[in-house]
Amino acid sequence: MKAWTLRREPFPGPPKPANDASAVPAEAPSIRTRLAVTIAVYGALAVATCVLAPLVGSTQISLARVFDRSTPFADNVDAQIFFVARMPRVLSGAVVGATLASAGVVMQALLRNPLATPFTLGVSAGAALGAILVITFSTAVSLGALSPVPLASLGGALLASAIVYGLATRPGRTMSTMVLLLAGVTLNSFFSALILFVQYMADFTQTYRTVRWLMGDLDVGSFGPIVASLPLVLVAFAMFAVLPRSLNLLSVGTDAASTRGVDVGRTQRLAFLSSSLATSAAVSLAGPIGFVGIVVPHLVRLMVGVDHRIVLPASALFGAAFLVGCDLVARTVLAPVEVPVGVVTAMLGGPFFLWLLVRRS
Amino acid sequence: MFLTFLGVLCGQNVFVALVAQERVATRIVSLVPALTEMLFVVGAGSQVVGVSSYDDFPPEVQSRPRVGALLDPDVERILSLKPDLVLAYGSQTDLVGQFARAGIRVYSYRHGGVGNGVGNVLQTIRELGALSGRKAEGDRVTAQLQARLDAVRARVRGRPRPRTMLVLGRDAMALRGIYASAGVGFLHELLDVAGAEDVFADVKRESIQPSNETMIVRAPQVIIELHAGDEPARDVLQKERAVWSLLSSVPAVRNGRVHLLYGGYLMSPGPRLASAAETLARVLHPDAFAEGDVKIRP
Repeated sequence: MKAWTLRREPFPGPPKPANDASAVPAEAPSIRTRLAVTIAVYGALAVATCVLAPLVGSTQISLARVFDRSTPFADNVDAQIFFVARMPRVLSGAVVGATLASAGVVMQALLRNPLATPFTLGVSAGAALGAILVITFSTAVSLGALSPVPLASLGGALLASAIVYGLATRPGRTMSTMVLLLAGVTLNSFFSALILFVQYMADFTQTYRTVRWLMGDLDVGSFGPIVASLPLVLVAFAMFAVLPRSLNLLSVGTDAASTRGVDVGRTQRLAFLSSSLATSAAVSLAGPIGFVGIVVPHLVRLMVGVDHRIVLPASALFGAAFLVGCDLVARTVLAPVEVPVGVVTAMLGGPFFLWLLVRRS
Repeated sequence: MFLTFLGVLCGQNVFVALVAQERVATRIVSLVPALTEMLFVVGAGSQVVGVSSYDDFPPEVQSRPRVGALLDPDVERILSLKPDLVLAYGSQTDLVGQFARAGIRVYSYRHGGVGNGVGNVLQTIRELGALSGRKAEGDRVTAQLQARLDAVRARVRGRPRPRTMLVLGRDAMALRGIYASAGVGFLHELLDVAGAEDVFADVKRESIQPSNETMIVRAPQVIIELHAGDEPARDVLQKERAVWSLLSSVPAVRNGRVHLLYGGYLMSPGPRLASAAETLARVLHPDAFAEGDVKIRP
């Protein structure tokens, strides 16, 4: 497999064995400063988007009335719009955007392929199958804040991840990215066939609703579903946190990485599990919103270079801002009719990505 | 020739005009459940030799061969039933061409969009009555349905018309994936007959997927959910109704006017639409209906 085209620039900082503690102080100041600057800049962007987005919508609301304690919440329309309609939407957009963008970065490094997305390995197809089964057969099983459709899509996503993981790992050996890719792509097609079959057998209205689910939707209605997704998201981000240095070396090639002291098998497993968990949580919360996981990592690399220690946090923050922004467009541009957020991300992301491809090739 | 010309001028009436000179259809295949119902209601049930995979009413359809539906019509199967009339969706243009080549008449049913109102349903019943040789019965049924609709309208006349959101679909146990009736189509018109203002009357589409924000802002006074299936167990019903409590500022939620209705007749653009109108009117204006006055006849 060819090393991917965006990796032409040399790594910033000399590649050092990951367990060589003595090497850290020499390069630490520069990377620390860069990281701090990156987090400050992208963090400010994400925070600004998340603060401003709830103030804008299809209707005008008054902030004074939103926080007016003298009116009971049940009677305060402005407060309801702010806290029931907009805040959960913006927060779920931030969580899903950050999660999908980071998962995209990790997946592209793991598969050493610039076209990899969080959905490449069948996670979203598994989620879609779960959701579509529940929509078609009107199952009413729920678990806490997880209503039937998110619950089933989470189950489907985790099942798909487990199947791909089981196929691609052999005890004591490194994963073959080729097997991973083939297993994932095949599983994707297989699940897609099942989805088409279920849709074909379903009623028109159900088919229509499943198609709508596939376009993604951040209007979660309350904080419950977001909180329910957080445990998985937090575990995934904890795993992301230890990955960047190994991913830098891994993206050159598994052999090169292992000669420099990276435990390739462990890194691959960690990368696969973290991105799968993150993607499962995001898809179950908001459906398979496309393009965030592929466009944001590339866009961020254009701006900050290719070092995963910078790219990963920057992508998470930029992904949050990007998706919240796209959803803002989705809910206002044709109000009261909504544009599905997945359509907006693809419409904005697609042309940009093509431009990127043409420019780079 | 003149009749055909006249038919083109009058749009839909083309079939009525043609029937005057053509033979009566005796073997009919219907790909549209609402049209199957219409054939049975005009007394042409015995002429129906094949139905779509979605047909479930009247119960007699269970004994008829299934021939697919909108997306998967089984042409071979349909041909093997030797029909002299096929009722198809207007969008099945390939199918129409195929049957035309086989010399089989096709009635293409306009579904969805601006023309899909109550008037279109009644007109279709009249046309199918004529095509199946039961013109008098078709006219009688149509007049009867119109009379029932008029009776509903008369009964709720002069009463305050609550701003109502008619929900056609929602994800189970959550306020997500909501579809509501908007300002076009027979459901929108039924809401009008039953004495309510559609909160999305200004949106000139058949349905809308409102966000939570839109629902809070539109603030419907009554929310009616239509479900095609059977009524679920009591505890499930309670949980499904309780999901609306999230929007506590919406008058319908605050005043306990969220109604969940179950039954296939509620969303069928066929002869049962008068029953649907009666049910809606009873829910919207319970005090207008003394016990036993207008029967709910699903």
